[in-house]
Amino acid sequence: MEMFGNLADGFAIALTWQNLLLALLGCFLGTIMGALPGLGPSNGVAILIPLAFTMGLGATPSLILLTSVYYGAMYGGRISSILLNIPGDEPAMMTCLDGHPMAKKGLAGEALSLSGIASFVGAFFATWGLILLAPQLVKIALLFGPAEYFALFALAFMTLGGVSSTNQAKSAFAAALGLGLATIGVDTQTGVPRFTFGEVHLYDGLDFLVAIVGLFALSEVFIFLENRHGGSDAEGKKITVGKLYPPMSMIKQTAPTMLRTSFLGFLAGVLPGAGASLGSFISYSMEKRLVDKEGTFGTGDPRGVAAPEAGNNAAAGGALVPMLALGVPGSGTTAVLLAVLLALNITPGPLLFTQNPDVVWGLIAALFIANFMLLAMNIPMVGLFTRVLMIPSRILMPIVAMVSFVGIYGISGSTFDLLVMIGFGVMGWVLRKLDVPLVPIILGTLLGNAMENNLRRAVTIDNGDWWTLVDSPLSIGLWAIAIIGFVLPLIIGARVKAKMHARRDEEGSISD
Amino acid sequence: MSDRIFGVVGILLAIGYVFAALAIEESFLSDAVGPKAFPLIIAAILGLSSLVIVLRPDAEPHWPALGRLVEVFASVVVLILYAEMLPVAGFVVATAFAAAYLAWRLGSAPLEAVLVGVGTSVGIYVIFHLVLGLSLARGPWGF
Repeated sequence: MEMFGNLADGFAIALTWQNLLLALLGCFLGTIMGALPGLGPSNGVAILIPLAFTMGLGATPSLILLTSVYYGAMYGGRISSILLNIPGDEPAMMTCLDGHPMAKKGLAGEALSLSGIASFVGAFFATWGLILLAPQLVKIALLFGPAEYFALFALAFMTLGGVSSTNQAKSAFAAALGLGLATIGVDTQTGVPRFTFGEVHLYDGLDFLVAIVGLFALSEVFIFLENRHGGSDAEGKKITVGKLYPPMSMIKQTAPTMLRTSFLGFLAGVLPGAGASLGSFISYSMEKRLVDKEGTFGTGDPRGVAAPEAGNNAAAGGALVPMLALGVPGSGTTAVLLAVLLALNITPGPLLFTQNPDVVWGLIAALFIANFMLLAMNIPMVGLFTRVLMIPSRILMPIVAMVSFVGIYGISGSTFDLLVMIGFGVMGWVLRKLDVPLVPIILGTLLGNAMENNLRRAVTIDNGDWWTLVDSPLSIGLWAIAIIGFVLPLIIGARVKAKMHARRDEEGSISD
Repeated sequence: MSDRIFGVVGILLAIGYVFAALAIEESFLSDAVGPKAFPLIIAAILGLSSLVIVLRPDAEPHWPALGRLVEVFASVVVLILYAEMLPVAGFVVATAFAAAYLAWRLGSAPLEAVLVGVGTSVGIYVIFHLVLGLSLARGPWGF
């Protein structure tokens, strides 16, 4: 079994003191970031990238740190959902529906520990899914030529809007804006400067890390300033956790739910354009339809807590599959993780598995380890994280802003980059007000150059014949999925989205 | 109305992008596609989607009152000043001021704002510079 050999190698890489410490740190920070409303997985990971980068961590340690943050945020989001009825991040939205009623009934501790176990189950099975599915996807991806890659990138952009945005025109706008930003700088094929307006700083192109931190983290600060939302959401509310272990009967009752929704969530995560929010949404909806015979969902049914938590953690793992195997992320946070790889000069996609197996398998092993750490942190130590909710945002947000600046300044030491970041922060704020999704912009700036290069390579190989883009069955298939993925939400998407976004706030623009 | 204005801005952006793309000087060593084609495709998508936004606008977003807009604008100015002053005043001093300002505007009392400012700045300096060895902006006093 080649797979187990690889996994054993992965554990050998992950089980060093440095990597274990980084995983622990990532889990801890991630849980905090997930728990705090206003800091979600994508902006949490975003502000840490420059730091991981400037601290001189290698590829595997950086990825271990940041994916631990990602998994941790998926765990942490539930804490404020349950205790305060305010989702700590968008995927935790559905957890409010039954989690908060449970807390009101005096079962807060049970709800927290049960959702911790559900998160563990979801993430555990999703990591196995990643191991089994990613190598198969790699085999398909190895058949891809430039034309197929171009179609694949188009597919990623066209399906991204499907569920994450309420308006397809706006997600197309965002994708085009991101791709346009990526074309700034010296053209990699011919060496002519494009859209630089003579500004020397722009010759290297815009640094996508600057764009990400500005769009995600800094725009959040502006949102808080605009609403003058300076207090903590926990102010004036009494948080009592109570008993920390769920009764065995409750675990037994919810076990089938957890298993079903882990599978469903994983699938939702693998699909392009979906991500963890959709994973928790469809998990909850399906379970409600399947087992809610007495109409107890929404009134504090433990199954209604287990379903979305297993679903969103499984989706988080599933979303790593296309990111690692194809180099095309399907959600906000995996897009940010892709930025990490690109910043470290590692090209994700099929070749990653053959050229850098240590990165892939070390990461997978670290995910298993992080998952156990998170389980340990999130059940006995959950009281610690509930105290984090008391930090008022008038103290938190200045820290977020300053850490963002430090990270970007640390990379380049240039004032110009800081000004560009402020520009992106303002742009992110305006676009969020207008309900334009930010994830396609990020994906555009990340993938723009690769997309253009594949287009040009494909057409050049065929002596300038543009029909080469659609002359293999694979690329026709990809284009067909892309078009269906773009058109289908226009027809049937309105209903699902109305339901899914009924509870969302401005965080929707950076949804994951 | 906001969406219509946004869409018009998007169309103008697309037109400007087309002109800038057409102005790209082609190198004599060009490939079959050249450096202009991809930007022109992008511009078309940008323009079309903006047009759709103009024609089918969403419901009006919730814009803050003028006072809050001024607030956001003022903090942008402060952050720009921060970026410019960073190499001049040094990391610790500049950051303390910027963080204190943000904390104050988010509703901290003056004393708390000063404490948050100094605490954030010194905290980051200790963790990121002294412990992790990240190079931060050096002012005239070396910190």
